[in-house]
Formats: sequence, C-alpha cells, structure tokens
Amino acid sequence: MSWFKRIKEGITTSTSEKKETPEGLWYKCPSCKSIIPSQEHEDNMWVCVKCGYHERIGSAEYFAILFDDQKFEEFNMNLTSDDPLEFVDTKKYSERLIESQKKTGLKDAVRTASGMCNGYPLTIACMDFRFIGGSMGAVMGEKIARAIDYSIKHKTPFLMISKSGGARMMEAAFSLMQMAKTSAKLTQLSEAKLPYISFLTDPTTGGVTASFAMLGDLNIAEPGALIGFAGPRVVKETIGKDLPKGFQTSEFVLDHGFLDIIVNRTELRTKMGEILGYFAH
Amino acid sequence: MSNALLDFEKPLEELQDQLTKAKQIQEKGKVNVDSVIKDLESKIEKTRKDLYSNLSAWQRVQLSRHPERPYSLDYINAITDGHFTELFGDRQVKDDKAMIGGFGEINGQTVMFVGQQKGNNTKMRQYRNFGMPNPEGYRKALRLFKLAEKFNKPIVTLIDTPGAYPGLEAEERGQGEAIARNLYEMSILKVPVICIIIGEGASGGALGIGIGDRVLMLENTWYSVISPESCSSILWRNWDNKERAADALKLTAIDMNKLKLIDGIVQEPVGGAHSNPGGMFDTVKAEIIKHLGVLNGLSPEERVKRRIDKFCSMGVYKEG
Ligand SMILES: [Zn+2]
Repeated sequence: MSWFKRIKEGITTSTSEKKETPEGLWYKCPSCKSIIPSQEHEDNMWVCVKCGYHERIGSAEYFAILFDDQKFEEFNMNLTSDDPLEFVDTKKYSERLIESQKKTGLKDAVRTASGMCNGYPLTIACMDFRFIGGSMGAVMGEKIARAIDYSIKHKTPFLMISKSGGARMMEAAFSLMQMAKTSAKLTQLSEAKLPYISFLTDPTTGGVTASFAMLGDLNIAEPGALIGFAGPRVVKETIGKDLPKGFQTSEFVLDHGFLDIIVNRTELRTKMGEILGYFAH
Repeated sequence: MSNALLDFEKPLEELQDQLTKAKQIQEKGKVNVDSVIKDLESKIEKTRKDLYSNLSAWQRVQLSRHPERPYSLDYINAITDGHFTELFGDRQVKDDKAMIGGFGEINGQTVMFVGQQKGNNTKMRQYRNFGMPNPEGYRKALRLFKLAEKFNKPIVTLIDTPGAYPGLEAEERGQGEAIARNLYEMSILKVPVICIIIGEGASGGALGIGIGDRVLMLENTWYSVISPESCSSILWRNWDNKERAADALKLTAIDMNKLKLIDGIVQEPVGGAHSNPGGMFDTVKAEIIKHLGVLNGLSPEERVKRRIDKFCSMGVYKEG
C-alpha cells in the first residue's frame, strides 16, 4: 500500500520512471547502489531505505507530502514565459519552452498552492528541477510574488521549496531582476509578521541562493543537498585544486552558520507541523 | 586623448600615426604643416564619431572594460572635489578591497558612496581582486548603507564588477546570503538610493549593490545575468560566440532602458569615458544632483513604496 492514495490520474511522478528497471519494479540507488523495490522506495518518500540518499522529487510529490489529505488550491496555473528577448542560442528559447512543457507536463519551473499542513494554513511555492533545471525566469518571480501576496491577504505562513540551478539565461536581465523582485516582495511578508520558511533541496545554487532561498526566518534543508552561490565546477576552476569533501553540502552550509536545521524528508511533514505550531502558539 | 586603441578602433591607428609624424616635422620647424595637422585632426574626429555612432553590443562590452576607464574612486574623488573619507571594514571578518565606500560631499550635501573598485595595474588589480567582492564586501556595503540611513544621508552606489568572487572562502562565508541580504535591505532603505553602472554590471555581484530609486547606466557599460563569454561557453559550449551572446543578452544601456529594467542612460564623451574623464565626471555629478533633487522631495515611505513597486513590476509573461 502506498503511503498516500493516488488520486484520479494520479501524480505524474517526476523522477523514478527512467531510473527504474524496465519492469518498473525496482529502484537502484545512485549513492549506495542498492536495489530496492520501487514501491518500498516510494513508500519511504523516495529516500533510499539503505543509505538515506534523497532522490530528487518535484512539486507534485512535495504537495502530496505536505498538504493534509493532499488537498490544495493551485494558483496561476496558466502563467507562461513570453520570451521577451526572442532569445536564440543553438535553439530558440520559445522552442525550448514548448519542448520542456511537453516533456514535463508543467508550464514552468515553479508551482504555487495553498492548503492545510498538519491543521495549519500554509502557502507553498515549489520548484520543479525537470523544467529547464528549475531555472528562474519572469514566470517564477511573478508566481512567487503572487503567492506571497496570497499569504499576506490570507495571513498564512509561506514555504518556499527551492530546487534550482539559478538564473534562466535565456531571460537575461529579466531573470536577474527576479532576484530583486522576490527579495523586495519578502519585505512585505516580513512587514505583515508572517513566517517565511525557506526549504533548500538538491540543488539550490546561483541567483536563487543569492536571493529568497537564503532569506528565510528559518532556512531548512534536506540532507546532502548541494547548496551554494557559485557552482562547484566554477569554484574548482577558481581555486585551481580539488574541493574538500562535503563542500557545499547541506551539512557544510549548516556548519558555516547559514542553515537552521536539516530535515530528513521522511520527517518533513511532522517537523513542518511542529514549526508551524511554534509560530502559531 | 588615449592611445590604447581597441580592435574596432583600428581605422584610427594610421591617422594617429600620421598625426604624430606631422607634429614631429613641425617641431623641427623647417616645413609648415599646420594645414596637414588640422586636416588630420578633423579626420580623426570624424572617424571616431562614425565609429562610435554605431557600436555593437560587444564593442560596448569592450569599452566597459577598457584598461584606462575611470573606476569608482576616480569618480568619487572628482565628484566630491576630494571631500571624501573612505571607511573600511565590515565589522565582522575583514576589509574587502574590491568594495570601497565612505562619506563624501556634493554641493554641501553629505552622500554615502559605495562601489566596487578595480585596479589600474597588475599589482593593484590583484589587490582589488579584479573588482570581485567577497561576502565581506557586501556586508561592508550594507554596514555603510545602514550608517547612511541612520543619519539620513542619501546613498550613491557605483557598480563595476565582473561578478561576485566565486572562491572557496566566499562560499564558506555565505556569498549567497550576503548578496541576498543586501537585496532585501536595500529594498527598504529609508534614504534615497541612486545606483550607477560605470563599467561592468555582472549578475548578482552587481545587483548586490544595485537596488535603488534610480538605476542608471553609462552609455558604454553592460548589465546582465551573465557575461557574454560565460553565456557563450554555457549555451554554445565554446568561447567563440561571445559577440552573438552579447547581442542575444540585450545587455547594453540602450536595450536595458528600452526593456524598462533601468531608469536612464548617462551619455559618455565620444570615444568613451576614458577619452575625457573630466567631462565624464561632470556629467555623472550633474546626474546625481538632478536625481537627488527629485528624490529628496519624496517621503521615505513613498520612496520605498515606489522602489519596491518598480522591481516587482519587472518581468514579462503570458497569462492564460
Ligand atoms: Zn542508497
């Protein structure tokens, strides 16, 4: 039995399919190489039962994990990029968008929704890494801004689940300004004295780290996530030698003072209830 | 007039050589070459004007990095007529030499200046870390912003960076958090904030001191999410497409102004800021005075509201 009931068409699983064996019955952990029955892996929220490796999941799974009875109201589902720069590299950006939309069934790299979590109202913005690497463009900025507006209007805490390589280059300076936009918007949430919980998952880098992801009243991360401003390859090139073991992991970032806690995904729902309770009582 | 010519300025080279020769002949005093010299000088001026009337994005990127281009401290010293006291340190870890700041005076009004600083020779370039701040630089900037706010002094930031430093220690000390904090805090500073891109405006490293009531770009500067070279290497997987990347990124002052991502363009002298630094400093000073005049007339609440609304309106998307 699955830990959550698959409703209707069910949740489009963002991850497992490809990595499973052809029969779709087994999951091979890339970290410890254990072979685990897919159902068991899913029941453990896509966390390796042998070594604790957190497989990347998407908004569908996080919403299912966090919202009570998997009930939530999703916002701005039809917001899409307009390619204002008519950007072309080896391919047209407009074509990349359509391809990505077809491949993922998503409109862009973030989804926003509100519902209840352990009996507390909660508004969530959650990224999907599958959509152009979770990159931040104008759609992401606007959806986050509107989710914050909703939080303020309905007096709910705001949870941001980040999973992104950073800026979306094909939106150039528009992408850059989303860092300013989202950070400015957070000042209004703060003014309203509503809790902002930033949840950093693998990976959280670049402009996302250098804006809202690091601005939580609480900064929380999944174990073993890559978290940094510059990507590890760039840092390695800069210093001209190998990076120390564990560099830019959640544990490293916590030790350097930039995270409050690290939460295992299997305990996320319970921990979130506890945290929301601290703010509510 | 500068002698360091960029590749696209090649047509000027021969004319300048001829002019030098003509001047040498004249110094010997045997032949009168006045008219030749006059002729050459006007030809040079016309050629330069033609070259500069139609610069490509990449050519402007080259100009923004011209080795003789004035840097932040040059502007500040000129604009304040030397009435400037540099202030050091972030009060936490160290003083970042890539980020400078301090109190200065313009027309009797105290202004807090903050900017990235590049060096003008090999030794100084290293000392300034090529204008790439560490987290300490952004925290020093924030300390100075707060100091200015406490005593109700306006802020002018001068942006000129190839990016925030992507080093190991920068990561350990929270480069991302340092920039993020500045974006947040600058959004709600109660005093007027004017940001001017005087050279390179590379990504988060530039934006980290770039949230203002007015964001202006000098004519031959660039501002974007990534440099054309890095963009080329990531999207085309080679370094040969930097000119195409420069076009695609729409990173010039003209483009950024058209896209409403900045508030105005500051004209440079023909030949670029370095060809007539004095004229450039006067123009920048006049711009600061003009905008401060308007901003001082607004209440702090109104300024903050307009600043936040402006950045929140940035972004193009389709609905439905
Ligand atoms: Zn494992």
